[in-house]
Amino acid sequence: MTRPIYFIIALTVMALVTYLIRLIPLLFVRRRITNRFIRSFLFYVPYTVLSAIAFPAIFLSTGNLISGVVATLVCLLLAYRGRGLIPCMLASIITVLIIEGIILII
Amino acid sequence: MNENNNLRMGLRDGLPIGIGYFAISLAFGLYAVSLGLTWGESLFISMFNLTSAGQIAAAPIIASGGSFLELALTQLVINARYALMSVSLSQRLGRSVRLRDRFLIAFANTDEIFAVACGKESLLGRRYLFSLALYPYLGWTLGTLSGALLGSILPEFMTTALSVALYAMFIAILMPAAKASRPTALCILSAIALSCAFRFIPFLSVVPSGMVIVIIAVLVSVVFALIAPVPDNDPWREEATE
Repeated sequence: MTRPIYFIIALTVMALVTYLIRLIPLLFVRRRITNRFIRSFLFYVPYTVLSAIAFPAIFLSTGNLISGVVATLVCLLLAYRGRGLIPCMLASIITVLIIEGIILII
Repeated sequence: MNENNNLRMGLRDGLPIGIGYFAISLAFGLYAVSLGLTWGESLFISMFNLTSAGQIAAAPIIASGGSFLELALTQLVINARYALMSVSLSQRLGRSVRLRDRFLIAFANTDEIFAVACGKESLLGRRYLFSLALYPYLGWTLGTLSGALLGSILPEFMTTALSVALYAMFIAILMPAAKASRPTALCILSAIALSCAFRFIPFLSVVPSGMVIVIIAVLVSVVFALIAPVPDNDPWREEATE
């Protein structure tokens, strides 16, 4: 399979699954889901997904464990103090740049 | 119940979401090209999917030529919660919403659009919903395009530093939830511990990245749904995430 063909099929599979999950309930389900287990399961899914994607990938994302770990700590501290998405993102980027700069100088 | 079908209000409500999406999507574009996807592929992924976590999980699978089954399963698990949001949203639609409108509205039912729409007291009209989704959609696609093009021209030390941003954003989303509820905090810590185990324990590290997310999401969410079920009132009004 050539790359463009693979990509078109992959994109179709991905988009179709994502779309049908949103579409089918909007077309056919008329009453609320009251099952507590299903509701609880779906409540926890975003948190488990984000956790599994972010860790340990963030440590390894810069290609250098030291800058990755320090950036994570800075981000955790800011987020803990209630800072929003953009400050956390910017602070992490700047931390990586500083640490990588220091490593280059040493 | 009266119906909100105000175009201007929709645009106004959608603007902050659109700006936020632009920033997140910029980070996604950078990430996608750093994995080896072209800028065109990155853009197409964002044009046809509005799912940040789903796309971030899919990008490495597609970049490495992973199996379609892995891709489909990953999207199914990561996006399953949207089914619940669509159920809630379908009960808030006003009379102006025709059957064919539902096909478009479903596509744009993201966490933030859902949260804003369901925060309204009145029923939701088609013009309001379409205008609400406009800026977020533009922000999402143009952000990816900008990030992908930026990633193709920036020097390597810059793209390296920027690649941390996407994960930093996830931490900024997870932290308030962890601080607000002890079960959620334990759930997050369990998922992190398992994810590290899958990465660093030799015989577990052969499992492909998408399947790791599926396994962890299903396993940890089932355990916590059993030991710490959420209250019976509708958690999707206050707790829409991402």
